[in-house]
Amino acid sequence: MPRIRLIARLDIKGPNLIKGIHLEGLRVVGDPREFARRYYEEGIDELVYMDSVASLYGRNSLHDIVRHTAHDVFVPLTVGGGIRSVDDVREMLRAGADKVAINTAAVQRPELISEVARKFGSQCMVLSIEAKRQGKDRWEAYTDNGRERTGLDVLAWARRGVELGAGEILLTSVDQEGTRRGFDCELVRAVSDSVPVPVIASGGMGGVEHLVDVVQRGHADAVAMADILHYNRLALPAIREAATASGLEVRAI
Amino acid sequence: MNPNVTVVDYGVGNLFSVCRALEHCGAGVAVSGDPAVIMASPRVVLPGVGAFADGMQGLAERGLDRAMRGYAASGRPLLGICLGMQLLVSTSEEFGVHAGLGIIPGRVVAIPAAGADGRPHKIPHVGWSPLKVPEGRNGWDDSILKGVAPGESVYLVHSYSVVPDDEAARLADCDYDGRLISAAIQQGNVAGCQFHPEKSGPAGLKILHNFIHSIPP
Repeated sequence: MPRIRLIARLDIKGPNLIKGIHLEGLRVVGDPREFARRYYEEGIDELVYMDSVASLYGRNSLHDIVRHTAHDVFVPLTVGGGIRSVDDVREMLRAGADKVAINTAAVQRPELISEVARKFGSQCMVLSIEAKRQGKDRWEAYTDNGRERTGLDVLAWARRGVELGAGEILLTSVDQEGTRRGFDCELVRAVSDSVPVPVIASGGMGGVEHLVDVVQRGHADAVAMADILHYNRLALPAIREAATASGLEVRAI
Repeated sequence: MNPNVTVVDYGVGNLFSVCRALEHCGAGVAVSGDPAVIMASPRVVLPGVGAFADGMQGLAERGLDRAMRGYAASGRPLLGICLGMQLLVSTSEEFGVHAGLGIIPGRVVAIPAAGADGRPHKIPHVGWSPLKVPEGRNGWDDSILKGVAPGESVYLVHSYSVVPDDEAARLADCDYDGRLISAAIQQGNVAGCQFHPEKSGPAGLKILHNFIHSIPP
């Protein structure tokens, strides 16, 4: 059984950690810096910060949160939301990010993927894809928290992104996000089997059985968890223990 | 007085994370691409991500290839991280064959595209892997891994890995689906980590702490 990564995904609006359903109807959960710190202490493998409004209003409020987090959290930190240029990436890395997740700007100008990969390495360039199911085995990529269609087929876009230099794919199912009904395993498997780089499954984790399913059936290389952690429905050590008991290989703490 | 470290800037990648982690461990950190500054430093970290040939070119353009060899010969502590570790060895097979710094004899080779069971796996290898003491090595007490327990995991992201010519240069191993990965190497005052100590939680910080408190001659 391959080793997988357990990732905490923190969606941010202004100074707050928020959570929605289908990426909408956002509710404030708390101070993201405190949650990030706790997850680090509990042994999270990576953290992802996603600014949920930056793309919409053309601003980026994440720098302070990232800077504060990077001060005492020493696991990989991916930051997404409103990143449009190599300069934006540099600023985010300077603040303390290790990787950036780019969706909208990459859809608008795919060469940005290559520019970021050339400048900072592919390992820094995470292609963020928001996928909505359009029928059996067909998904369309969306931007702006699942509001705007792109006309791009998710599988074709994922392959193109990797050819351009993306080193990982953060794959969010808009349909499943916030529902706690499990991941879209068909989506994750279709993308993961189409590209050589790791795929992070995001959206829908309600329990450990979903985690096991998306790894075994969906071929996910990493799993992003949000409200299961934020609302403490299950703490990280318990998730790790249950995942191990189910035959997954996770980091021993 | 803080122990001082110079982080080599040769135009490749993101230096901020490694600097922050070194500072967290109590180091006074300078970033420099100037051979004279590096040669005068008590400890040097060679970081880096990206392609091997770009890294060697970045060093050569700044006269840092000679400086790194000279620094290694000075006997003072030198630590290469990720691409920085790969640059320490003799040659790389990444996109053609390229000469490295040749400080530690060895080769950089592609991670096999399939695991030991023959099933294809993801490249790059991204994730946390437990460190193992290589066969024939008696623990880590004489190295920057002192105090790290075998089985503690570290964070790696790489498509290529180092094979040292001399087995004794293997400091720590890990595996990727049954494929042996040289996680850390050491030869005298020169060490390399394929993993990112600055992103490997408390275990990684311990390693950086050991490095900055290692005593220059």
